[in-house]
Amino acid sequence: MKRIFLNTAALITGVAVLAAPALAAPVADVAAAAPAVFTPTAEMVNKGDVAWMMVSTALVLMMSVPALALFYGGLVRAKNMLSVLMQVLTIVCVAALVWFGWGYSMAFTSTGSPFPAIVGGLDKAFLAGVNPGTFAATFSNGVYLPELVFVMFQMTFACITPALIVGAFAERVKFTSLIIFVVAWMTLAYFPIAHMVWYWAGPDFLPTAPTDMGLLWGWGALDFAGGTVVHINAGIAGLVGCLIIGPRIGYKKEPMPPHNLVMTMIGASLLWIGWFGFNAGSALESNAFAALAFINTFVATAAAGAAWAMIEQITHKKPSLLGAASGVVAGLVAITPAAGFAHPGTAIILGAVASIICYFFVTTVKNKLGYDDSLDVFGIHAVGGIVGAIATGIVADPALGGQGWIDYTAPVATAGEFDMVGQVITQCWAVGVTVAWTGAVSAVLFLILKYTLGLRPDAEAETNGLDISEHGERAYN
Amino acid sequence: MKFIIAIIKPFKLDTVRDALSGIGIAGMTVTEVKGFGRQKGQTEIYRGAEYTTNMLPKVKLEIAASDEIAAQVVETIQQTANTGAIGDGKIFVLDLASATRIRTGESGETAL
Repeated sequence: MKRIFLNTAALITGVAVLAAPALAAPVADVAAAAPAVFTPTAEMVNKGDVAWMMVSTALVLMMSVPALALFYGGLVRAKNMLSVLMQVLTIVCVAALVWFGWGYSMAFTSTGSPFPAIVGGLDKAFLAGVNPGTFAATFSNGVYLPELVFVMFQMTFACITPALIVGAFAERVKFTSLIIFVVAWMTLAYFPIAHMVWYWAGPDFLPTAPTDMGLLWGWGALDFAGGTVVHINAGIAGLVGCLIIGPRIGYKKEPMPPHNLVMTMIGASLLWIGWFGFNAGSALESNAFAALAFINTFVATAAAGAAWAMIEQITHKKPSLLGAASGVVAGLVAITPAAGFAHPGTAIILGAVASIICYFFVTTVKNKLGYDDSLDVFGIHAVGGIVGAIATGIVADPALGGQGWIDYTAPVATAGEFDMVGQVITQCWAVGVTVAWTGAVSAVLFLILKYTLGLRPDAEAETNGLDISEHGERAYN
Repeated sequence: MKFIIAIIKPFKLDTVRDALSGIGIAGMTVTEVKGFGRQKGQTEIYRGAEYTTNMLPKVKLEIAASDEIAAQVVETIQQTANTGAIGDGKIFVLDLASATRIRTGESGETAL
């Protein structure tokens, strides 16, 4: 979501610049400093921005239900169709409530926390103090959204991320354990990572509070719409989950073809549409950067879908719908962190490259290593996310037509100097922190559940299908 | 009376049906079935996972015919369902002991 960041050098400079007058200021001048405290007002809210962000919010919700649910549902066997739909739907419901309860506060405040760079406190738990008269910062000085709009927009991201995970161990997970996992994982993995990557005080506050930001934001990591927070985060959690839960009964011994690729096609297409809200909405304003993210989301995805079909045409002479749909999703994932930074030309290259790398992971690496990532959450979301996150450091370079980064420590934001190598290294650090953090949290949570409540249904229940054994109903009668 | 069972390629169903109507066959039962013979199966690939299906979809026709017309029915099916490739199917002929029309209770060839 963040178009702009502050690199470490700028941070240090900012601190120094700020510290100098503070040290020199006589005590009597404290009162004189008071008028500098900035207060957003209703006049700083643009109705066009509000309208666009509320539409974007609805679009992103559509990505979870029904898009992701149908995309995943079509890929499982008929006997597990409802289990996947139910998992996605319930996770969306639970995640929305958790976001209201403590998620927003943990992700987007910095007060009341012992480690404000890692995670926020509970000052806004249950949306305490959030009302139509409070405002959230955008990326422009003096432009604000009603805070409730920002809460909702971010809520939809919190809803889709845990829902993405279920594809990795579809067809073999105990429903109640999954839901407990989701609540714990959001609290311990999603909210801290969202905070580290996305939280900052805002353009009008940063000059006077240059350390009020998440850890990775402070490092200068670029993640426009959630490559690390959403896709790498979910993809790694899925991989850990499928390794701990183990493969499906009969995996690699009996055919497990998708039961309805028509639904997968509908799901993938709705994901693409919804993703315009996800990426272009992450500009937080209805402006040219939203348009840039929009067109990049369009063309990178197109390139990725075409690339996957072309590889299949070359490797086995039959380009498949599932292949093209998988390419589309890989492209959407990969362009997410770069959406507001890349030129459409480099976005196309990024989409195509990510598609080819994901193809390799899904068809070759998975088979070689033998893990049963049922619906390729790792192969597409984590791998595509990592490719996109690292490549963001390249495509954001103004020398390649990218948008660079903006220094918000200045009272009026100005463009910073871009260092591609340094940026790529920063991006790698952000990926590393995300992978390590979510990997560790997911492993601990899955292992605890495995040895307490149990993570998978018994063999008979799994063989009969989760629709009947876990939910007592059938998709098709 | 004869009971004729024909296993044919699904796309030939309409042609066969039209030809049989042309020689006076007024009814048949059609079922979508799967099976295998000498024709090799199909390979399906889903994101690199290859499945070879050795059961292929076919259509099974069941026709009850009078003794006079039975040979002609077999010949018609053989000619119209033929593509010249393996997998065209088979025709089986059985003796039929009786036939009864449920609505009227008629039996024998008048029930056909």
